[in-house]
Amino acid sequence: MKPRQKRLAIIVGGLATLGIAATLILNAFQSNLVFFFTPTQVANGEAPKERAFRIGGLVKEGSLQRSDIVARFIVTDTAKEIPVAYEGILPDLFSEGKGVVAQGVLSADGKFTATEVLAKHDENYMPPEAQAAVNKAHEATRTLKQ
Amino acid sequence: MIPEIGSFALVLALLVALVQGSLPLIGAQRGIPAWIALARPASSMLFLLIAVAFGCLTASFINNDFSVVYVAQHSNSRLPLEYRISGVWGGHEGSLLLWVLMLSLWSLAVAAFSRSLPDDMVARVQGVLGLVAAGFLLFILLTSSPFERLLPGAEDGRDLNPLLQDPGLIFHPPMLYMGYVGFSVAFAFAIAALLSGRLDAAWARWSRPWTTAAWIFLTLGIGLGSIWAYYELGWGGWWFWDPVENASFLPWLVGTALIHSLAVTEKRGSFKNWTVLLAIGAFSLSLLGTFLVRSGVLSSVHAFASDPKRGIFILVFLAVVVGSSLTLFAWRAPKVSLGGAFALMSRETLLLINNVLLLSAAGAVLLGTLYPLVIDALNLGKLSVGPPYFNAVFTPLMVPLLFLMAVGPVARWKHTSLAEIARPLRWAFGIAVAAGVSIPFFYGGWSGSVALGMGLAIWIVGASVLQILARTRSGLPPRAFWGMHLAHMGVAVTVVGIVMVTQYESERDVRMAPGDTVKTGDYQIRFLGVEGISGPNYNAAKGNLELLKDGQLVMPLHPEKRKYLSSAMPMTEAFIDPGLTRDIYVSLGDPLEGGDGAWSVRVYYKPFVSWIWGGAVLMALGGLLAASDRRYRLKSTAARAGKLAAQGAAS
Repeated sequence: MKPRQKRLAIIVGGLATLGIAATLILNAFQSNLVFFFTPTQVANGEAPKERAFRIGGLVKEGSLQRSDIVARFIVTDTAKEIPVAYEGILPDLFSEGKGVVAQGVLSADGKFTATEVLAKHDENYMPPEAQAAVNKAHEATRTLKQ
Repeated sequence: MIPEIGSFALVLALLVALVQGSLPLIGAQRGIPAWIALARPASSMLFLLIAVAFGCLTASFINNDFSVVYVAQHSNSRLPLEYRISGVWGGHEGSLLLWVLMLSLWSLAVAAFSRSLPDDMVARVQGVLGLVAAGFLLFILLTSSPFERLLPGAEDGRDLNPLLQDPGLIFHPPMLYMGYVGFSVAFAFAIAALLSGRLDAAWARWSRPWTTAAWIFLTLGIGLGSIWAYYELGWGGWWFWDPVENASFLPWLVGTALIHSLAVTEKRGSFKNWTVLLAIGAFSLSLLGTFLVRSGVLSSVHAFASDPKRGIFILVFLAVVVGSSLTLFAWRAPKVSLGGAFALMSRETLLLINNVLLLSAAGAVLLGTLYPLVIDALNLGKLSVGPPYFNAVFTPLMVPLLFLMAVGPVARWKHTSLAEIARPLRWAFGIAVAAGVSIPFFYGGWSGSVALGMGLAIWIVGASVLQILARTRSGLPPRAFWGMHLAHMGVAVTVVGIVMVTQYESERDVRMAPGDTVKTGDYQIRFLGVEGISGPNYNAAKGNLELLKDGQLVMPLHPEKRKYLSSAMPMTEAFIDPGLTRDIYVSLGDPLEGGDGAWSVRVYYKPFVSWIWGGAVLMALGGLLAASDRRYRLKSTAARAGKLAAQGAAS
């Protein structure tokens, strides 16, 4: 091969590799985005039915039931509530009245089956999503009152 | 009094850093010997002052001086001494102080081990390091001083986050920071070379051991973090694609690419511009990592409550560093010569592919990590990118990388032929295919990914062993040769761990009443009950379980659920029976309703999980061998000539 052809081959090969990598990446990216919804948005039917998404808010006081390996609790943004079921062990800092973020799917009857309850690692730390959900609900009620 | 001394030392350090970051650089550019000569003493002074500040903060922790806000927030009089010391870097302010301490340590090391370098080069490198140090010291003094006083002083401290009361925390952050900050040396060498216009093989040779040294620390730091997450977070996972993990992995990927690109620049004089870009990239990603961890913009395992305003400073600093170095690059790069030509089939091409693959992987991880932040910052909604994305992208990029890892060292520089590569490797290939296909049948059933992963691991090890055998026949090879093969085999060992644990692990959360038994792997686990115990600064529920094999007791298992007295924060302490081919992992969940004393119990069987970290240790050892190769310690002719030239110019 002449040097020019060689250089061309390297450039074409490099671009092809990059192209394949980019396609792979963007494909996987599209199908793995997990969106976040507040309990109010879920109650309004904005959340997807089949696809997994995240919810966040506060764990309602007195709502946690843990008789079996499945834990049941209610997530609220102080305006709307969603019942959540999670099979497994809850993270250490999960507690009633505190913020929580969970990932899972919504069933037809409005119950949320979580596959993951996100842990936080500082008792004073509020997950930004949970905080945002509560703030949003507060804003909404304020506008309603006015 | 002690905190005030620390505070004062930091202000002095900033002044010294400003001197170190300006005069030697100007001196080197204008040829003023007195200013050039300032570089070495300035770096010693900088280290001394920062060490004093760090010592003062440590003393405040040891003395339980709760009139210092930072100590009151991160310590407690009941905290054991070792955690009072490691508590120094248990929060934002202290970790930044550790960051600059590491930076000044690297700067000092460069001054001490660069006797063979031309003085103007040393001056430029120290100057750049001084500027970076000045930026971080300014950050500490303006936004996050660890020495601020609390008036009146607190009765007792809030205690160190229980998660951080662990031997893992004593070593994980310093290792990681040594790695992060170590890339500043490679960065400083690249900038110094751009400034001087001497972007040559000698420059690559000087950079190589420093880059490898930083990479060693980063490798160990990431490995330690992974172990810590595995046993301390109580989830039994070893990697979560968590944004902060990604933040440490990104500089590692780019740093690995840099190590390989530097090899080409040193041996063949090619890839110079590319190498400079990688050096800038690796350090910028280290800064980005610091920003992500320290700004509180992330919802992550590592997101402890923090102040987002600080993020702005680091972001601006990052913009200045990246912006100015890329401008310098754009100005200087066109003047750089291209270096030796090479054929399509050559070691250069293979290393180029290595770089493309590693950077594609880094780009994919960066996209997944930053996209949610950008969308949130633009107020377009909240979303996250899950582990499936990272796995789906990362694995296909790693397969060719692992395959070529065995081929690269066989290929000759400049020009090689397929026959030259195939002949020495044909046995390794045959064994790898045969073993890869049969291993899944011997171990828990057919799985294509196990066959592929094990095949690739054996392929790499086989190729390395064959090359070592061939090479040792003609005398003892240099350390760099051993280092490369050891590091490559380390990657293979990590791959074995990842593939086996991903495919054959069993993870179960079960309800267990006293007397219940569950099966895991070839073992049974019997739950006897839970009793209350108390430790130095916590009370705990201690589980009594038994590990059985064929009905025979192997060992008792005692996971704990702790409640720390000062914060009432619960903490799961998993009990792990580690082994070469499997870990048994149990942890306690919560007491369950029903009145029969039942608890939720997490029972994991993790085959070959320890290989993941064993491989990281091998990689680091390989790096150590490579960085300590004899030829880096010899005064090269080029360096001596450069030194003479500099002296000639000075006189």
